[in-house]
Amino acid sequence: MTITSTPAKVSAPGRPKPDRRAPRKARLAMGAGDTHKAGPFTYIALIVIGIGSILPLYWTFVAASHTQDEVLASTPPFLPGGRLWNNLQAAWEGASLGKAIVNTLIVSASITAATLFFCTLAGYAFAKMRFKGRGWLMTAVIATLTIPPQLSVVPLFMMMADIGWSGKLESVIFPTLVSAFGVFFMRQYLLEALPYELIEAAKIDGASNFRIVLSVVLPVARPAMMVLGMLTFVQAWNDFFWPYLALSQANPTIQVALGQLSASYTPDQSIVMAGALISTLPLLVVFVIFGKQIVGGIMSGAVKG
Amino acid sequence: MATSTPTRDAYVPPPRGSRQKPASSRQTWRSRLWRFDDKASPYAYIAPFFLIFGAFGLYPLIYTGWIALHRVEMTGMDQMEWVGFDNFTKIFQDSEFWTAVTNTFVIGVISTVPQLLVALGLAHLLNYKLRASTFWRTVILTPYATSVATAALVFALVFRTDGGILNYVLDFVGFGDTNWANGHWTSKIAISVMVIWRWTGYNALIYLAAMQAVPGDLYEAASLDGANRWQQFLKVTIPSLRPTILFTIVISTIGSMQLFGEPLLLEGGAIGATGGTENQYETLSIYLYNYGWNLGHLGLSAAVAWAMLALLLAIALINWIISRFVRRSAA
Repeated sequence: MTITSTPAKVSAPGRPKPDRRAPRKARLAMGAGDTHKAGPFTYIALIVIGIGSILPLYWTFVAASHTQDEVLASTPPFLPGGRLWNNLQAAWEGASLGKAIVNTLIVSASITAATLFFCTLAGYAFAKMRFKGRGWLMTAVIATLTIPPQLSVVPLFMMMADIGWSGKLESVIFPTLVSAFGVFFMRQYLLEALPYELIEAAKIDGASNFRIVLSVVLPVARPAMMVLGMLTFVQAWNDFFWPYLALSQANPTIQVALGQLSASYTPDQSIVMAGALISTLPLLVVFVIFGKQIVGGIMSGAVKG
Repeated sequence: MATSTPTRDAYVPPPRGSRQKPASSRQTWRSRLWRFDDKASPYAYIAPFFLIFGAFGLYPLIYTGWIALHRVEMTGMDQMEWVGFDNFTKIFQDSEFWTAVTNTFVIGVISTVPQLLVALGLAHLLNYKLRASTFWRTVILTPYATSVATAALVFALVFRTDGGILNYVLDFVGFGDTNWANGHWTSKIAISVMVIWRWTGYNALIYLAAMQAVPGDLYEAASLDGANRWQQFLKVTIPSLRPTILFTIVISTIGSMQLFGEPLLLEGGAIGATGGTENQYETLSIYLYNYGWNLGHLGLSAAVAWAMLALLLAIALINWIISRFVRRSAA
């Protein structure tokens, strides 16, 4: 492809180094930020905090790869041992984590899909449509952010028993099908990203409102939906309080299973840690792959707040 | 609050069908359909949120108050016996409830304050021109991807008395054998460490986003006036971040009201369900869980929930007063 070769590449054929670095730098600059260059102290502080962020996860891994006696010995191990596979197997079978993982996938996937669809619709309406009560309805959406789930779990539990959803995944899925944060997040994005001209043009072409959503709004919203999807997925995967109350030992999500594993009479700590590893690993993989988008999402979701 | 944002609806397309008079009856019908589509669509789009929130959020929230006036047991949830304010009297006379309130408050303060301060400093560091800035941002956010359960279980190992890695390290300095979970302060510190670990990076990114929105000429003007980096941070960055800081305080306060997994799993089992042998780290959520799901008195549990609601409203009121005060002193 001759079109993409830049003059810079041609002018410095002997020294490829600075050439490679330039586009990477441009890619990494996510915001304007401070123009002052970071000194060594900044890097040292970041390394210390970075190690602090990672260390507990590393310790999970180390503890999961030893026997309990080794983990709790007067000199605890600092390097991974050779028992990882055994412990993973013991956790997998002992706590039936396989079923828990499948359950968690079902719960997280359906919550994410529903949240994306409903929040994009509502976000679009709040961002670009005119209707009576829009202002205070949006305020109401945001106000719901401040209500902790603790306040409604008792009747929720009784309701679920009434409809016959006790201990079933439905009891965890349905209350979280939409999120106030998601509505807010999509609204903020669409306010800026979706020009009125596009909607206008579609209207002149005779498209109905829902048609506009499908062929104009959804494509524009896709990047924000990606981010919201990942944030929702992480949250649904990690949710603990309500699933712990609502789900039974026979049909848990991975977090519930983990809580129950540690609550058994004499939990083997290294097997508990193996379980913790199993529950965290899928998310860490997602995080390593999409970390940049998740970071960007949290920042863009917050900046307007 | 930090949530009110300027809406941008300077130009709104005129409603369809208003431009020309319908010529035939068929066209009238169509334009009516268009108008109905325009009028009804926004409500249809926001309806799912309000329906689901109404059914699973608002209705239960109000119904909690009704349940709180009844005796309801886990063993027979369909039998509700009217007891008036007995449940409230019971929990207000229970010293364990007040322990839980105090614990929640103390843990809330000692986890939120250092967390937000560190986050502010961290955001300042990340705001420098950095090599591999995305890498650093991702690394400090890793704890966010970890569940409460995992974090609590790992830190339970770290804070263990026998064979705990922290005691092993402290041994070198001469602070051997601290019984972290048993101490009134040490157990609260342990729980706060879990909270701080999980949320500092998240808050730092929120601050960083706000810092990047601060216009650069403010700094230029400050440095022309002779302000050094530290003075610029205090006089330009912090004031510009005021709404964001208030926002994170609100969010963290609400979050600390909800602390559940961390204390439950610190020691696990039956001890975890009562927040320690002397309830030394029992939070309000644990108290609610213990009465409802451990002992089976759902009516009492509902009363606790409404007590939490009252506390939240009190906190919101204080927040509102403070933010008014801050705004006035800024003006």
